[in-house]
Amino acid sequence: MTEPSVSNIENKPKNELSVSRIENNPKYHELVRSRDVLAWTLTALVLIIYFGFILMIAYAPGLLTQPISAGSVIPVGLPVGVGVILASVVLTAIYVTRANNTFDPLIQQIIQEASK
Amino acid sequence: MRTTGTLSKALRGVGLLIAAQLTWIAAAAAQTPAPAEATPVNWHAVVMFIIFVAITLAITYWAAMRTKTATDFYAAGRGITGLQNGFAIAGDYMSAASFLGIAALVYFNGFYGLIFSVGWLVGWPVILFLIAERLRNLGKFTYADVASFRLKQGPVRTMAAIGSLIVVIWYLIGQAVGAGQLLHTLVPQISYRVSIVIIGALIIIYVTFGGMKATTWVQIIKALLLGGATLMAIGVMAHEGFSFNKLFSDAVAAHPKHIEIMQSVVPIGAKANPIESVSLGLTLMFGTAGLPHILMRFFTVADAKAARKSVLYGTCFIGYFYILTFIIGFGAIVLVANHPAYVVDVTKDVLNLKGGSSMPAVYLSHALGGDFFLGFIAAVAFATILAVVSGLTLAGASALSHDIYANVIMKGKSTEAQEVLVSKMCVVGLGILAVILGIMFEKQNVAYIVALTFSIAACANFPILLLAVFWRGLTTRGAVLGGYTGILGSIILLTIGPTVWTKVLNMGPAIFPYDFPTFVVLPAALIVAYVASVTDKSASAQKERAAFGPQMVRSETGLGAEVAVAH
Repeated sequence: MTEPSVSNIENKPKNELSVSRIENNPKYHELVRSRDVLAWTLTALVLIIYFGFILMIAYAPGLLTQPISAGSVIPVGLPVGVGVILASVVLTAIYVTRANNTFDPLIQQIIQEASK
Repeated sequence: MRTTGTLSKALRGVGLLIAAQLTWIAAAAAQTPAPAEATPVNWHAVVMFIIFVAITLAITYWAAMRTKTATDFYAAGRGITGLQNGFAIAGDYMSAASFLGIAALVYFNGFYGLIFSVGWLVGWPVILFLIAERLRNLGKFTYADVASFRLKQGPVRTMAAIGSLIVVIWYLIGQAVGAGQLLHTLVPQISYRVSIVIIGALIIIYVTFGGMKATTWVQIIKALLLGGATLMAIGVMAHEGFSFNKLFSDAVAAHPKHIEIMQSVVPIGAKANPIESVSLGLTLMFGTAGLPHILMRFFTVADAKAARKSVLYGTCFIGYFYILTFIIGFGAIVLVANHPAYVVDVTKDVLNLKGGSSMPAVYLSHALGGDFFLGFIAAVAFATILAVVSGLTLAGASALSHDIYANVIMKGKSTEAQEVLVSKMCVVGLGILAVILGIMFEKQNVAYIVALTFSIAACANFPILLLAVFWRGLTTRGAVLGGYTGILGSIILLTIGPTVWTKVLNMGPAIFPYDFPTFVVLPAALIVAYVASVTDKSASAQKERAAFGPQMVRSETGLGAEVAVAH
């Protein structure tokens, strides 16, 4: 699993020049914007899901502790808690897929254009 | 501070103490073959301990042959793959507290334990979205590298190193005490002290000789061994006819609090406290994202992409494991509680177990698979402690050697060889310190330690790291004042809080009525960092703000990031 790493293209003497080239490259701003949107949206989702769960525990425990069906001892909170764990894994997978497919190629292009 | 005094003393007496340790171990070895006492030696556990130790020592030898540079020592030459690092993250993160601890929380409190499982997992997506890749792109060996990237090295690194060391040392105490008790309970022929000394000696050997390579592989093996817990969950479900309804109904019937274990969102018997619940949530989530030994793992992979993948693998594994732990805890209510072989006195308290409150998972393995399975799970627990303590020791040593020695004291003028030598001395010092503190804290209530370490990580390390990476306006003054607000605020409020003030110090009702101060201290640290930064009109602050652009280019694209070394 030793894929060519973008960081291998590092070139010290040209570094400062590359930085200003990158800062002037619209693709770089596109990368920063799209990654920020994705990262902060997903972060907000995790926070909403998790603190939704926590606030229910704090202020409406009755919702979570009622049984999932009449006669069952399993409280609603159990599938909800497991759901929060699964949602975290799914959101993590979404970010990794998006980053692998869209951000990495974009970074490659930006670095190549800067080291020309 | 007492800890610093002890540390310097420990460093001075290195040679002497190692000799003392070896004598202790030799004495222990000489005692073991004469188990004339009532309890027979648990040979399954002993043999599996020895196999595990032999394998890890062989790995350490292999790793030592390949550890030549500072990058090898601190970051395994950045040659760990995403998948390997995912397992190592799981191995590093899931301490005995989460493996035995969540099972025990569920065993005593039922549903409440799940709240911890959830809280200990949700930090991971946040680490991925905001921190992992940027950390890899900006840092070299420690998270202080990133926090101080464009700020003044001396004050920022000192603050970050203090935050790291407090977390590491207190975490070490918790692990050492747990390890000593566990090993001593499982193999009563080895005393508590000898148990801790054995663990301290092994850690020193792994980390000084094998560095991050050995540490990583010990963590990977431990994570794979934890997979053995799958068998426990399957065993429980087989016993319950693979019906969750039956499992939970049987648990409700067996537990002395009955249906209450399904209906309580606080520890059984405690009063519901909304603010406390929210503060606990904040602490668990952001504390994870500020643990120095966890953040350090991202420097071991080749690039940001591998760092990103490793979080996905790690999160999957940790999530899977926490769901297992929940089944294991309920299985223990059914199979371990009420059982005269495991309970101290069934006529008095059907939950109170021989060997202490961390034993439910261990006894469950015995109930399911006899001495052999008990031996296996005991060896897993032992491996868990070694893996976590190795990671902690290395993280603490790098804060001392890379941040304090090489960058603050020597101002970057020390050679790589000197830095690694100092680091190894710090490993020996921290190993010995862990043994000494482990013995000192034997009879102490160490329950507050998790709260302390996660609080400081959440209130100091995490916010400063986040601001350094995302906020152009952060200056040295803001980072330092904000960081110390987080560190001191946590320590002060924890000290005057219910756990330490009332339970440990016996000073009566707590001045600050909450166990977890994060809901006050985290916003305070952010506000102080913000105000101190925006009011900073100095020329150096201007330069620091101007340096944000180039920092961001490196953080976003990896241009100029530390590269992997080829072997």
